[in-house]
Amino acid sequence: MSGNGAPAPRDRRGPASKVRVFLVDDHRLFRAGVRAELGDAVEVVGDADEVAAAIELIGERLPDVVLLDVHMPDGGGQAVIEAVLPAHPEVRFLALSVSDAAEDVIGVIRAGARGYVTKTISGRDLTEAVVRVAEGDAVFSPRLAGFVLDAFAADPTMARGSVPRFDPELDQLTPREREVLRLIARGYAYKEVARELSISVKTVETHVSAVLRKLQLSSRHQLTRWASERRLW
Amino acid sequence: MRGPLRRSATGSVVGGVAEGLSARLGLDANLVRGAFVLLSLGGGSGFALYVVAWLVVPRAGTQVPIARRALADRRALGLALALTTVLAAVLLTLDALGLSGAANVAWPVVLGGAGLVFVWRDADEEEKASLRELVGQAPLLGAPVRHRRGTTVARVVVGAVLVAVGLGGLVAARHPSAATFVGVLGAGVVAVGFLVVFGPWWLRVARDLAFERRERVRTEERATMAATVHDSVLQTLALIQRAAADPREVTRLARAQERELRAWLFEGRPPGSFDEADITSVSQAVAVIERDVEADHHVAVDAVVVGDCPLSDDLRALLGAGREATVNAAKWSGAPSVALFVEVEPARVSVFVRDRGRGFDPDRLEGEHRGIAESVRARMGRHGGSAVIRSQPGRGTEVALVMPRTEARG
Repeated sequence: MSGNGAPAPRDRRGPASKVRVFLVDDHRLFRAGVRAELGDAVEVVGDADEVAAAIELIGERLPDVVLLDVHMPDGGGQAVIEAVLPAHPEVRFLALSVSDAAEDVIGVIRAGARGYVTKTISGRDLTEAVVRVAEGDAVFSPRLAGFVLDAFAADPTMARGSVPRFDPELDQLTPREREVLRLIARGYAYKEVARELSISVKTVETHVSAVLRKLQLSSRHQLTRWASERRLW
Repeated sequence: MRGPLRRSATGSVVGGVAEGLSARLGLDANLVRGAFVLLSLGGGSGFALYVVAWLVVPRAGTQVPIARRALADRRALGLALALTTVLAAVLLTLDALGLSGAANVAWPVVLGGAGLVFVWRDADEEEKASLRELVGQAPLLGAPVRHRRGTTVARVVVGAVLVAVGLGGLVAARHPSAATFVGVLGAGVVAVGFLVVFGPWWLRVARDLAFERRERVRTEERATMAATVHDSVLQTLALIQRAAADPREVTRLARAQERELRAWLFEGRPPGSFDEADITSVSQAVAVIERDVEADHHVAVDAVVVGDCPLSDDLRALLGAGREATVNAAKWSGAPSVALFVEVEPARVSVFVRDRGRGFDPDRLEGEHRGIAESVRARMGRHGGSAVIRSQPGRGTEVALVMPRTEARG
């Protein structure tokens, strides 16, 4: 077991009200790199290199945002989320991964992560994503947006073995949500999406959060099956 | 010792049941063991009781009994069922042959046998390890079939005697006055004799074969892995070291390697297997555009593909135009990355190429710029598709290409 960082301050929000971030990644070099890239924009309150240590330290320090590696021994990021969220629903998770395998990404999102970005993301974009997640919004990378479009593409009523109880509220994207996701997949930032669709950034965030909710709660098991089939080819 | 009943983890001979019980009852462990043995010999209930206790009593230091895990293990259920039928068949046969004792032990033997399957499959890892050790020490099954002369000679003698007796029985059975079961019994004894003589040898051969095959598969896998890693990752790392002074080149190499490795690990595509002839689907064609443009122009291409379909002539034209637009963005925009989004829908395929580079005024295209725009539009037009180029100085450029899918309708 290992983990280090500053002791937990009494005040949940630091003096400058910076976002308090906790890093979980089993690669030491990567943790150091992320720490350096985040710089002074946020306050890194600790890190851990394995699931058990992460669960314990996150419960102790209660950060605003946990930057979480998807791939780790002993269950990976998903195990951390599943252990922490029930006791501390206020802690938010942002998944970081090099894998991009749909199965992993969908898995970690369905476990409760508020977003997913690839490890090649620039320091500035990462900081922005962390702040966004801290504010309760969802962060979709173009690739995640692509996955979601793909997963929700097939008409669920047509699909073989679809859920008997189809819930249009959860199992389908609205045309507007689809539009927003398409633009994100095309490389648009939220601000650019807002300008393109002549809506406010807040509205874009609302749409993305709604999609995230559907992704997490939808009972269509195509989602899971789709993700695992995609891995096969 | 009080507290809940637990199987002993340390003082166990087989499953630690007797030791655990003795600790709980305050009796000597060997007394409990003796009781189990006696019960087993007289009717077999001791064996069955022991196995059931093994399943439902957790091992010391744990909370979950084996039975809990076994319930979720469907393969073990199948195996136990199969074993049950075999045991039942054997017992029925013996019973029919006149060994009337067989029916009496049927239930305990079947129950215990099936239980052992669960123990073997669903015990926790620590217990499994000690079980394997235990089996290894067992005289017949175990690994150390050491060729001690004495045992071998004794075994052969016993086996030979059994075979001789059995043969005698078979001969006697020819006599009209003999009951049929004498013949069957004789055959059985011959079989047992052979088993005693050759059994250990058969076992060893079977075990060696299985082990050897496993080892060979593992070696081959390791060799393939090493070759692939050498051809791709190690070569790239060498190139990266040589190009250390050129950050753009390092990035390009790293990205190319990342993409290749990902295709191998997650899509099962061996590295370097992307020849033009292999490209039969939209997603493969996009992967090639991504690879080539990054290699030639030192710009990151972030490709996202939604859906997939086989390539038709129209779609080849669409992706050709998409490639041109991507190259164009890489060459002229000055942006470090280009986003390439391709969506396959039932009625059409769309390609969006977007950069956050310097942009231009589309109404005042000049020179080479103009040529490229014309060529992209013309290519799309010939195949019934459309091209829209949107750009603004300082805000980047986006090329939107849409091709209807005629093959889907017809």
